Amino acid sequence: MPVCDLAVSSVRELNQALHRLSPDTNETAWEIDNPQGKHAIGVGINVPVEIDIKGHVGYYCAGMNKHASVRIHGNAGTGVAENMMSGTVHVMGDASQSAGATGCGGLLIIDGDASARCGISMKGIDILVKGSIGSMSAFMAQAGNLVVLGNAGEALGDSIYEATIFVRGQVKSLGADCIEKPMTDEDRERLAGLLGRAGLDDAKVDDFRMYGSARELYHFHVDNAASY
Amino acid sequence: MCGIVGLFLKNKALEPALGDMLSKMLVTMSARGPDSAGVAVYGGGNSDKVKLTLRAEESASVDVLAKDLTTTLGVPVELSIRANHIVASLPRAAEAAALQWVKARAGQVQLVSVGTHMEIYKDVGLPEHVVSEFALSAMQGSHGIGHTRMATESAVTINGAHPFSTGEDQCLVHNGSLSNHNSIRRTLVREGMTFSTQNDSEVAAGYLTWRMRKGDSLKQSLTSSLKDLDGFFTFVVGTRNGFAVLRDPISCKPAIMAESDDYVAFGSEYRALSVLPAIEKARVFEPEPATVYAWERS
Repeated sequence: MPVCDLAVSSVRELNQALHRLSPDTNETAWEIDNPQGKHAIGVGINVPVEIDIKGHVGYYCAGMNKHASVRIHGNAGTGVAENMMSGTVHVMGDASQSAGATGCGGLLIIDGDASARCGISMKGIDILVKGSIGSMSAFMAQAGNLVVLGNAGEALGDSIYEATIFVRGQVKSLGADCIEKPMTDEDRERLAGLLGRAGLDDAKVDDFRMYGSARELYHFHVDNAASY
Repeated sequence: MCGIVGLFLKNKALEPALGDMLSKMLVTMSARGPDSAGVAVYGGGNSDKVKLTLRAEESASVDVLAKDLTTTLGVPVELSIRANHIVASLPRAAEAAALQWVKARAGQVQLVSVGTHMEIYKDVGLPEHVVSEFALSAMQGSHGIGHTRMATESAVTINGAHPFSTGEDQCLVHNGSLSNHNSIRRTLVREGMTFSTQNDSEVAAGYLTWRMRKGDSLKQSLTSSLKDLDGFFTFVVGTRNGFAVLRDPISCKPAIMAESDDYVAFGSEYRALSVLPAIEKARVFEPEPATVYAWERS
């Protein structure tokens, strides 16, 4: 198993080694030691490998991830798994701002809390936060699901498009054009599937409330022309 | 972009290592602020004596100035010289004469701070250079704050470097920018405050000093700043026995903290905390927006 000690190697050397891997590589399990909050660890991976990062990471860890499964045994800085395309990123501690920002696919699991702007502009990624999320989360979220087992901060889902938000705890306030919606059987099935993927089979789907777009903001209404 | 750090020791046994810990934290923030750096250190002192931190201007000699100050005052003055900074500890009674001396030597010497325990050092250049120039690693103390600057809107000068001090043993470092600093400065000037730069961060420091003069605690002064100061900010503030952190309501600028039985530490990024002893045992958390975090030593 390749082991990379970031106290010795640079992040650039690590990322270049990961980018050189071919899809059929035999080096499918990597361990990264001493991340020490360094930025851009494991950005742009494009192969189905498993990576364990033993410690806290800085900004943009596993950004643009495709196919890989990345486990962070610690906290993550700003923009973890930003613009992820597929694969899984699992933060075993807390995540800072803009976790999963603009993500197009894949699954981001955060065992602790995520701070402000979690899932901002998400475009198809699924994000599951076992703790709480900060203010302005899912701002302008376009597609995908944000599942929160704890509470959500102010202005949840402001200017949201077609993403769906499920929250089990309290929501401090909803942002512009974000409303609570009744859950259909299809929504329940989708939520159960997401909880199952995060190993939370015990969580009850009916304990959650669902939020999405009222679709008043991004459709132009001629009646409102005078307001513009 | 800028980098800020802060360290407030709870365990007295760590006090000899304060400078070393703070230096390491500051150097990790070089990428966030390579233009200039500064620190405020709360070290030894007592309330009978006033500690002035003075900075010799480029053309002036620190040794000549130090000698001149002692001769002019005619009282015992304890002097500590580090690069172009002089820390002069003098009897309370000689404070007014010392400030007069500074005023008379405008262009040769700048007053950086006044207090009983606090000393401030700042210079342009890489944080690594600033740390070694002042031999920061060897300094001792109970708490300290530091700043690494990446100038975006004004020149790279020592006057633009943080920390800013506007009251005795009070200092502030700021990451962000204030949008209403001119009107707040005008208000504070009417209230009798004086400012030595056009910098927005100095106004924030002045605002807190003004509130504390009016009787606010450190925590109360920061709480009222949320109402009056507009813009982006993460502040780290030091007083003789206190240490506080505040982020603006939309948490525009990064912040991470660690607390253990030994210390409270602040960094713009976790990298700044990663160099601290036993950091893996500390509780690491991100401060909430618009929430004052304050610690005070009794």
